[in-house]
Amino acid sequence: MSDIILETKGLTKHYGGVHALEDADFILNRGEHVAIMGDNGAGKSTFVRQITGVEQRTRGTVIFDGEEVNFAGPLDAREAGIETVFQTLALADDLNVPDNLFLGREKTMWNFLGPFRRLNYKAMREDTMAGLVKTGVKIPNIKNTIANMSGGQRQCVAIARTATFASKLTIMDEPTAALGVQETAQVENIIRTLKEQGESLILVSHNMRQVFDLVDRIIVFRRGRICANLRKEETDGEDVVAYITGAKTGAEFEGAA
Amino acid sequence: MSDTSEGTGGLTFDKSKRQWPNELNVFGALILIIIIFEILGAIFMQQSLLFDTRDRFDSIFNEARLRIIIIQVAIIGIIAIGVTQVIITAGIDLSSGSVVGATAMIAMSFAQVSIVNGAENPKAIFGPAFLDLPVIVPVLVGLGVGMIAGTINGILVAYSRIPPFIATLGMMLFARGVAQWWSLGNPVSFPTEAYAVIGAGMNPVIIFLALAVIFHLVMNYTVYGKHTYAIGSNEAAARMSGINVPRHLLLVYIIAGMLAGLAAVILTSKNLTAQSGMGLSYELEAIAMAVIGGVSLFGGRGSIIGTVIGALIIGVITSGFTFLRLGAFYQEMVLGAIIVGAVALDQWQQKRAAARA
Repeated sequence: MSDIILETKGLTKHYGGVHALEDADFILNRGEHVAIMGDNGAGKSTFVRQITGVEQRTRGTVIFDGEEVNFAGPLDAREAGIETVFQTLALADDLNVPDNLFLGREKTMWNFLGPFRRLNYKAMREDTMAGLVKTGVKIPNIKNTIANMSGGQRQCVAIARTATFASKLTIMDEPTAALGVQETAQVENIIRTLKEQGESLILVSHNMRQVFDLVDRIIVFRRGRICANLRKEETDGEDVVAYITGAKTGAEFEGAA
Repeated sequence: MSDTSEGTGGLTFDKSKRQWPNELNVFGALILIIIIFEILGAIFMQQSLLFDTRDRFDSIFNEARLRIIIIQVAIIGIIAIGVTQVIITAGIDLSSGSVVGATAMIAMSFAQVSIVNGAENPKAIFGPAFLDLPVIVPVLVGLGVGMIAGTINGILVAYSRIPPFIATLGMMLFARGVAQWWSLGNPVSFPTEAYAVIGAGMNPVIIFLALAVIFHLVMNYTVYGKHTYAIGSNEAAARMSGINVPRHLLLVYIIAGMLAGLAAVILTSKNLTAQSGMGLSYELEAIAMAVIGGVSLFGGRGSIIGTVIGALIIGVITSGFTFLRLGAFYQEMVLGAIIVGAVALDQWQQKRAAARA
């Protein structure tokens, strides 16, 4: 077991002529919380989509948990242990909390019935409760459908997936972008809980205060390339902004952007 | 935000948002409609719609009328069970009525007897080799025709991404054409005795209710049901969760097609004949049952129980108008208004839910 949970080498994605991501070399250590920052269109979300198998990369290697991986789709990535909280919440509004947590990987019995195999509601409910306790999320009635929940509760449900499935890496794409102050605080508390539990995390965020509060290291993307890799203690907000806007470029990334 | 309880993280939960099953609302509507007919009956006919008021019988209900109410909706109700699933995926199936027509003609052709009243069957479609077949043959043919129609619908919707409205509209015209071409417009008659049993007496009702129970369980307790709701609720989320959405949609349309095929078998068995015009506008009645029963045309919401109650509402209205000796045209006007009302109510509930969130 190496200390590196995720590594990318030369990760590249072109959409036709648009070079959304170029030669991204990235390392995430076990238990580390890293933020990805950058302006709109800098390649943050593209980077996440290549790792999680939502899109197929143009070239480059992804090494997850010591092995080179080629995820055919997001479910592959989830099965390998990468949980993603998407910017657009991937929740079905008309289903309740356990249904959403287990969507696409339901616990079942009578499996000989194929698509008509029976759902094991009890097991899913118990696992859901355990996951919610672990993340410190409290949703009083998990049988309520998502449609009846606030934005914060929805986001918590999405994050609780992580804990329920004992994942090795959690990726959050702007988890608090649409939330109010109190709900943002709640989500941040959950992220701290994950940190205490040694969960590895990639946090895509625009929120400077949040990033400095929560993570160990900051990666800055600019025009499809990584342009800085900063330890939190060695940098400050002004510095990061300089990298984001292009006023500065990290020494080891000279000539990259 | 009254009556809230606190979660550990400071999140609040409004108890007044607790969910009230929609089926209860639909059931309430059924009761309300019955009460209206009872009042109108008492005023204008001095009779009761559903209750037995005659002295010489001690039964509570007017069983004959109850039987008629459910028999007249049972066959279309079977179609509605399939249509409900399609609508829950946020799709629509306009082809079921025509599929009934085509299946009726084809299945009946395999159910014919060789000798009618001592002479050769004058309506025989095929040669002697295809007459007097065991009953399983026409039943399987019927299910098969429905399955083929459903498969084509499903492939068009799921894999070529043609909107369900257009794909099934095409199938609606095509299948009606097949029904007319099959025997060049001639009816197909004289089924075997065994075939005639399928739709005899209360059998259509028993089959309808049995299928309703089965699909109620399927929709609520199986992976198939969960994924059907998930796709209708948020197709992108379903895809991101790893559900094979096209394959699932294909399965849903196949099931809907097979239920339409089965409905055709029962209908022809009950009527002892098949005609190319059979099942005309059944698709709309089936959709009406689902919509009145609380199935949302936007997908994700609704249930088989709701649709069954929706079917009963249509049955009560139909019987009620006959009972009040009002012409069928009034009945259609009222049904039209109820369908629009049901969709408007659904829209309003959606908006209210969106406003609260």
